[in-house]
Amino acid sequence: MADALLRVHNVETAYYGRLTVLRGVSLEVPPGQIVTLLGSNGAGKTTLLRTIMGLIPDQPEKGTVEFAGRRLSGMDPEDIAALGIGYVIEGRGIFPELTVEENLALGAYRRRGPEIRADVGHVHTLFPVLRERSRQLAGTLSGGEQQMLAIGRALLLRPRLLMLDEPSLGLAPLLVREIFRTIAGVNRDGTAILLVEQNARMALSIAHYGYVLESGRLVLEGSAADLAENPNVQELYLGVTREPSIKGWKRYKVRRRWA
Amino acid sequence: MALLAQYVVGGLAVGSLYALVALGIVLLYRTSRILNFAHGDLATFGTFIAFALISTAHWPFAAASAGSLLATALVGAAFFFLVIRPAKEATLLGKIVITLGLALILQGATAVFWGTDTKTMPFPLSDTKVYRLGEVVISQISLGSFAVGLVLMAGLYVLVQRTRVGLAMRAVSQDMVAAQVLGIPVRRIFALTWGLASALGAAAGILLAPVTLLDPYMMLDPFLKGFAAAVLGGIDSMPGAAVGGLLLGVVEALFGAYVSVKFKTTLAFLIIIAVLVIRPEGLLGREYKRRV
Repeated sequence: MADALLRVHNVETAYYGRLTVLRGVSLEVPPGQIVTLLGSNGAGKTTLLRTIMGLIPDQPEKGTVEFAGRRLSGMDPEDIAALGIGYVIEGRGIFPELTVEENLALGAYRRRGPEIRADVGHVHTLFPVLRERSRQLAGTLSGGEQQMLAIGRALLLRPRLLMLDEPSLGLAPLLVREIFRTIAGVNRDGTAILLVEQNARMALSIAHYGYVLESGRLVLEGSAADLAENPNVQELYLGVTREPSIKGWKRYKVRRRWA
Repeated sequence: MALLAQYVVGGLAVGSLYALVALGIVLLYRTSRILNFAHGDLATFGTFIAFALISTAHWPFAAASAGSLLATALVGAAFFFLVIRPAKEATLLGKIVITLGLALILQGATAVFWGTDTKTMPFPLSDTKVYRLGEVVISQISLGSFAVGLVLMAGLYVLVQRTRVGLAMRAVSQDMVAAQVLGIPVRRIFALTWGLASALGAAAGILLAPVTLLDPYMMLDPFLKGFAAAVLGGIDSMPGAAVGGLLLGVVEALFGAYVSVKFKTTLAFLIIIAVLVIRPEGLLGREYKRRV
């Protein structure tokens, strides 16, 4: 695709210049789509997001990251954000000692003008609880409310691409569903989304396209429907068990063969 | 009773200057976790700039003070951009040691430019003209420095708590990465904090100049007092720094009057030790948590 919004090409990232985490990752997020990145702990999902945001100094080691046709390498995170990438950090990254209102105001820090008020109103309609808690310190919110605040705050950047790192982490199942419904809604309003998740079932249910990352390499990609059908994905990420042994437990491990 | 009130008033006047020094230390510590050991020497440098502007360039006192604050702020911000920022791989301790280096450089520069002999800075307020408040007597100079101290503290409060930039400063102090990914220009905020903290120090230096006279080591004692005040109030807390400064001034005055003048300076260190043993987070600081 020539018109991808975000294009990550052959990226290799190493921490401290030695510890290589990503080994030649290439992926694309087309405008207006939800792309999900699946993978287990330590696969490098968060590292990829941090590399895109320019948060790892002097990285990527190799490869390029392009957003809307612009090379991001060497840019400061604050300028990358200002280009139109919203990033909801794993663990939410809210400012606990600022009020909900102040947290939201910081989302619009680089913007001026009267339409900010309307956008805050829009966030309040997405997450009515944030309006009720406007004057409360963000640190006193529940986990779900904090996640809503983090997403709402990122939306105030008016991003063209929203990157979410495990928005379901530590939330009750009902809340997870609500958050994902909101994410799908944000996408319908035209924002492209790169969604990193361990909860593959939820992620694939709203995504258009997906990638599977394992030990720093992309091992599988395809439409969300194809991935959901893939036996390896089913076993590893969707918890579908097949061929149970006679006694009801597995005595051998099926060797996974990607690609 | 009148005597007691007299000591308290005198203590508050000195304490407001300790508070200014403490606020500079705390402001920087909160945003960057760096304890700036060059704070006192930046202040001395700024005071000497004011002195030079008045005595050599013949600027009026107010203009010279403003010029000095601006120049000191620029030195502080430049130090951040030229030294602290390039040393981004350094540990926190490393950065603190770097500020020690800056302290020595500034001290040397001050001595080279202006010599080590003691100088007197022309000051518009007199210390012989006094006002009476019932039985309490307060000199013009004490009243003036107390008033200026309070005004600066109020100004700082408004800046940090009520403005957009202040909001960004608080955000950066809580979570730098989260602030960055929202597009907040973190480096500019840091530079601003360095400049502001340095200017606060210079203001304290100028107000102290008529009392301590000018020499390259004039701010050593006030810096240590300001540090003690910051620890007393809670090194994380700006209201704590203000309260700690005023309290230290009063306690010191009373100690000097009723216990021992000789050990007046030692008191600050006794207070540091006592605070660290009894209430490590300080009077208004939050509960001490190890930052990982």
